Amino acid sequence: MSQAGGLDPLQAAGVHQPERVFSGSVDGGVLHQAEEHGAQEAVPAGPARELSAATADADVLLEVDDLKVHFPIRRGVLVDRTVGYVYAVDGVSLAVKRGETYGLVGESGCGKSTLGRGILRLVEPTSGSVRFDGQDIAPLQGEELRRSRRRMQMVFQDPLSSLDPRQSVQSILVEGMRAHGLADSTTAVAARLRELLDAVGLPASSLRKFPHEFSGGQRQRIGIARALTVDPELIVADEPVSALDVSVQAQVVNLLEDLQARLGLTYIVIAHDLAVVRHISDRVGVMYLGSLVEEAPSEQLYADPLHPYSRALLSAVPVPDPAVEDRRERILLTGDLPSPANPPAGCRFHTRCPWRQPTRCDTERPVLLETRPGHRVACHWADEIASGALQPRAESVDVL
Amino acid sequence: MTRTSSAATPDLFAGPGAPGSSGSRGAGPLLSVQDLHVQFRRRGVEPFDAVDGVSFDVAPGQTVGLVGESGCGKSVTSLAIMRLLAGRTTRVTGRVDFEGTDLLSLSRGEMRDRRGRDLAMIFQDPLSSLNPVVPLGVQVGEVLQRHRGMRRSAALREAADLLDQVGIPDPGRRIKEYAHQLSGGMRQRALIAMALACRPRLLIADEPTTALDVTIQAQILSLLRSLVSDHGTALIMITHDLGVVAGLCDEVNVLYAGRVVERAERHELFERPAHPYTHGLLASIPRLDAAAGERLTPIRGSVSDNIPWTHGCAFAPRCEREIDTCRQRTPELVPHDERRGDHLLRCHNSVPLDQVVAEGLAGPGHVARAGHEAAVLDRAATGPADTAGGTR
Repeated sequence: MSQAGGLDPLQAAGVHQPERVFSGSVDGGVLHQAEEHGAQEAVPAGPARELSAATADADVLLEVDDLKVHFPIRRGVLVDRTVGYVYAVDGVSLAVKRGETYGLVGESGCGKSTLGRGILRLVEPTSGSVRFDGQDIAPLQGEELRRSRRRMQMVFQDPLSSLDPRQSVQSILVEGMRAHGLADSTTAVAARLRELLDAVGLPASSLRKFPHEFSGGQRQRIGIARALTVDPELIVADEPVSALDVSVQAQVVNLLEDLQARLGLTYIVIAHDLAVVRHISDRVGVMYLGSLVEEAPSEQLYADPLHPYSRALLSAVPVPDPAVEDRRERILLTGDLPSPANPPAGCRFHTRCPWRQPTRCDTERPVLLETRPGHRVACHWADEIASGALQPRAESVDVL
Repeated sequence: MTRTSSAATPDLFAGPGAPGSSGSRGAGPLLSVQDLHVQFRRRGVEPFDAVDGVSFDVAPGQTVGLVGESGCGKSVTSLAIMRLLAGRTTRVTGRVDFEGTDLLSLSRGEMRDRRGRDLAMIFQDPLSSLNPVVPLGVQVGEVLQRHRGMRRSAALREAADLLDQVGIPDPGRRIKEYAHQLSGGMRQRALIAMALACRPRLLIADEPTTALDVTIQAQILSLLRSLVSDHGTALIMITHDLGVVAGLCDEVNVLYAGRVVERAERHELFERPAHPYTHGLLASIPRLDAAAGERLTPIRGSVSDNIPWTHGCAFAPRCEREIDTCRQRTPELVPHDERRGDHLLRCHNSVPLDQVVAEGLAGPGHVARAGHEAAVLDRAATGPADTAGGTR
């Protein structure tokens, strides 16, 4: 499966030892200790592998190491033959600190949702490891896996289709608590439900209602309340606001931030809206065709994107200000995302890259290297592009 | 892609029967919508006014934006203009003048002759607007056969040309393919090719990029922009994305609950959003060019909290600036400021400019132009404190 021309991101991440110049603190206010979850044991020392200086010394909650999710393509009438694989996630390594919000961005089909589901084992990873609070969850089976789910929850994109239309809100919320043995006494449950509804800003009368009786924003609040019932530490939110109207989006974004501050939650937020991701995230990973191409603290990524793909993405986001729009330079990418069943050789972005060079790009897959403290990028020419020594091809820059 | 497309698009309008026949240009509006009402009726249910007296003009080469959240009537307005609403359950009144002809008074046959020839529409979801069992070339060619009387083979050749002009590579192969074989961006291009086949003078784009990724969205917007600037096509852009509006539209209409609540030229609108709803929309979206960590200010409640326009202002229950008058008297759409006659507003208690500037909604360029440097300094001084008070 190693289509990568022998260069494995695992090796890269493992071999590369960043100098510890960077203290690892991104923002003093970001790290919240989770008081409500009881004193957490210090994270057992994991493998001596550092993903990024930003997480080198920190309290790492989740560590993903060379995760691969490949879906087989099957053909045949009587015998299912596997004729190939869709390389949905192909070697992603990242670490998320406790209390942090990690944003994943990329175009549809880049594997960001599959990565989120792979982390929670809602799809089975093909290889790689996911360490949650020091424990490798990849080999867990059956009851052990089920119990580990209490600490990791998911919020889905479409709140209506992810809520059972025939279950009342109360039933939706109690189900998870019961499954994890958290619904012992009726009075405690009732108090907990009131507390949850209050936390997500829904009236107590909601309990007897059904999902169709709510507006989109309220439904998303129910989805969030459901994730919170079992007192999780990690929430993977897959496009939590993209189905909502703009005015309601802000309500849900603010709610997610408030809950994080109160409960010390750790988030992985998957979204295609770069402005939302920038707003909510402390660190952001940019995905392209199944792998991370850049990872950096949110501000640094948006102020100084190093990968050509990140640059193109950011330049394409419309800004609600005519003065900015009028004088912007856009980097227009040609064509569409190549098929993840047949990814290009070398750098996966080279078929669309405006900075493509005649050498290396189409033969050698770049590895994710830490070029600046906390800022990892997978591009052979990142330094030359950053310094301006290499310019994009003129036809791909669109000035109004 | 843009370069290739903008280099190629001139052909699109060069053929016989090209529009913009210089007479119509610059001489008044191409389309004039006056007091458009759309009422949905169902047995046993109170009739519902989805569009409640909307008026606006579109001139050749002009891009007019209709902005609002879901349920504000923007799509219904466009469907009413195209006469695509089911006659049995809807009642459309008002006037839709297209070069002096009221489209609403035409017979169904006459309207069918115009649709696709004089005015065309691009829909939000390209997959459900294409026929899944008909090859693309035939679908694009159909328009040419219908309106320009072309033979099938000639129409197919022209279809390949059109696909090429909207930036679809290898059109000779693509015309034989079906919708499911194309990516989202390609499908939207195919739809645009179809809409442009007869070189319509008015194009209505209903959320044309909402289903697409940002990089593809940039390609499609760039294509639309070159259409308007190079060929004088009039464009009605329907979207909820204020960023798209800021980059594309000349004039912007903000809709709420079926009525225009604010209308202005785009620079004016983004510099001086006067309606609390417009202002609230701008404050509730995170922006790439704003300082990080600033808390978003959402609009409270949701669209379901509206009160009927007949009782006052529909937005009042969600409005930050609600006063007693708002629930007693229906506000009219009137000029906001005598000095700027084309900035129209429907509000009893509009947002003062000082507040807009203080909240930093206007970009630095705006503020300098408006002469509010002091306010900027003020904002810079208070900014970090505000941030520290937030959640992060």
